[in-house]
Amino acid sequence: MTNALFSIIIFPGFFFLSILALFAEFFDRKLYARLQNRVGPPWFQPFADFIKLIAKEDIIPCDSSPRMFQLAPVFALCAAVTTFLYIPLWRRDTNFSFNGDIIVILYFLTIPTLAFFIGGWYSTSLYARIGSVRCLTQLFAYEIPLFMGILSAALLANTWSLSGMMVFYSRHPLLWLCNLLGFAVSLVSLLGKLEKVPFDIPEAETEVVAGAFTEYSGRLFALLRLTLDVETVTGAALLAAVFLPFGLTLNAPLAFVIFLLKVLSIIAVLSLCRTVVARLRMDQMIDFCWKYLVPLGILQLLINLFLKMGLSI
Amino acid sequence: MHDLDKSKFKIPIGPQHPALKEPESFSVALKGEKILGVDIRLGYNHRGIEKACEDRSYVQDVYLIERVCGICSHSHSTCFVQAVEEIAALEVPMRALYIRTLIGELERIHSHLLWLGVAGHEIGFDTLLMYTWRDREIVMDILALLTGNRVNYGINTIGGVRRDIDDKAIKKILAAMNTLEDRTKYYIGIALEETTIIKRLSGVGVLSHEDALRLDAVGPTARASRVARDVRHDDPYAAYSELTVNVITDNHCDVYGRTLVRVKELMESYRIIRQCLEKLPAGPITVKAPRKIQAGESTSRYEAPRGEDLHYVKANGTEKPERVKIRAPTLANVQAVKHMLKDRYLADMPIVIAAIDPCFSCTDRLVSINNLDDKKREVITWEKLRDYSISWYRERGIDPSILNKKS
Repeated sequence: MTNALFSIIIFPGFFFLSILALFAEFFDRKLYARLQNRVGPPWFQPFADFIKLIAKEDIIPCDSSPRMFQLAPVFALCAAVTTFLYIPLWRRDTNFSFNGDIIVILYFLTIPTLAFFIGGWYSTSLYARIGSVRCLTQLFAYEIPLFMGILSAALLANTWSLSGMMVFYSRHPLLWLCNLLGFAVSLVSLLGKLEKVPFDIPEAETEVVAGAFTEYSGRLFALLRLTLDVETVTGAALLAAVFLPFGLTLNAPLAFVIFLLKVLSIIAVLSLCRTVVARLRMDQMIDFCWKYLVPLGILQLLINLFLKMGLSI
Repeated sequence: MHDLDKSKFKIPIGPQHPALKEPESFSVALKGEKILGVDIRLGYNHRGIEKACEDRSYVQDVYLIERVCGICSHSHSTCFVQAVEEIAALEVPMRALYIRTLIGELERIHSHLLWLGVAGHEIGFDTLLMYTWRDREIVMDILALLTGNRVNYGINTIGGVRRDIDDKAIKKILAAMNTLEDRTKYYIGIALEETTIIKRLSGVGVLSHEDALRLDAVGPTARASRVARDVRHDDPYAAYSELTVNVITDNHCDVYGRTLVRVKELMESYRIIRQCLEKLPAGPITVKAPRKIQAGESTSRYEAPRGEDLHYVKANGTEKPERVKIRAPTLANVQAVKHMLKDRYLADMPIVIAAIDPCFSCTDRLVSINNLDDKKREVITWEKLRDYSISWYRERGIDPSILNKKS
């Protein structure tokens, strides 16, 4: 019991995750800045932003539904943090793994987006409403290829649990190389999930101000920002677990360092992606996801199906 | 709003909005993401510069006119002094004209680089913004070196320019031009190759050749629709009659075309500057201008970075002008925006507005109120406006009339 509580609240749960998430935000911002030939923020900037926002007054629009408006960020953060508990980080299993936890993880990862939608919708601002509708529209475009990428890796391992996958891939060390296509598809879909350029359409500053977050301020906004950071780390950790399953059998400190490196390099690739492209329009984004990402996801599924037959594992 | 059903709604872009750098109101009627119509309202930035010019002497006006716009300040002041010099029949020395041309072209470079960055920001490509604004600093430094200022150069005076340039400065300018040329080639490469940029820009904000002529577009906006109009070429002022100016046009008729026109104009500006420095004649930089300008009137045209700028000056023989009228390029282009936005998506709105390189403070002119009750149009006179402002402050407990009393 104490052990479970410790892992939920302190390590690798909420506390550790928040610090890692804020550090990941710094890493992303600094790298983005350096790639743009800027100096970038100091390491404590995300922490300072967070503390400052926490100290600010919450302004709740009088036309909004206060309960929904206040609950949405909490729900989003909870879902994102919970997801993290189910992902094997540097070991082959977690304290809470069970058969079918892949579905639960993917389900939990969808909740923040829905919470953003609800928060934006109930804040009744026009910009927030347009932003939240965009959130939801975008969800239908990136979610399918993300599922395809992750589930095709699970298909090869013939299991519904992440720890089962870890066990499988550490038994067949080089088989993860077959999933590289799915990895690429999932990375691009993750950009959509995290609402980063080129898929930052729901919060496109020059069009809809801050999208669903327009009316948020103070503590609630701090929670939303933390949610996005946590989602970044969770998404990166999930991809690292599914597509880069190596170094898990090493001794704990070394495996932990490898885990951090994996997460940070995935975040670095995401930063690089958002540096070199412009924002797409909603119709172009949906076209792109369905015309390129989904067929590639299907291709990965087929490859894994044939592999399974060929290797008869 | 009465004819709109529930699926259609209006969202305000401005007067305060992240996409706009200056206060301006665009009220957009939307159906989903599609734009049904746009109402543009100007008038948040009116400063009464034209009227204020009538209360000041010609030399003071040069500095006031320079502050019409923060970007094309040299354009406005040159346009104004050209008009005054024509009325006064002043023979401006050639060296002064060359220096004016030089500063004008440097200003065009800084304005176009700035625009490229803003356009990048509007389509969410912040890297382009950071890169172009970094490079813009090079030309800003050159301008500061030549004139002492980064934006309001204060180099023009009636009858010439106020500062000469020396060989050391010329060397620095040439070196800067080489750096900028390399960087601009890189940007042209990006504009021609980067898929997301092409996707976001091409086919957006279409203004056909006929519409560009009909709606009287000017500058890069018109030239991107195959309208080969450039005052530097058609009606050369300053030293342009001795320099070769190639008019850059483009066939795309959309925002992408406007981007290409601007980056190619950058290359053209580097060439003109080199030519200008090569041909720079020796001699005085100014002639003495009379304090009182003889009665007469004149219209002066100038190709500002954003398009044709037009100043009308009427002199009445005193030391103050009788009337100054400014037609900034945005005023000519802003009509076309409404047309360009028809049937586009909300996501295209910022870049379509930005593509004309709007300068709203240049554009704001007169106060005209449509009385909604009896459909009568009312124009507020200067006195009424002054009285209104005094009473507005009085209501808030501030009495501005004490400012009039001499202490």
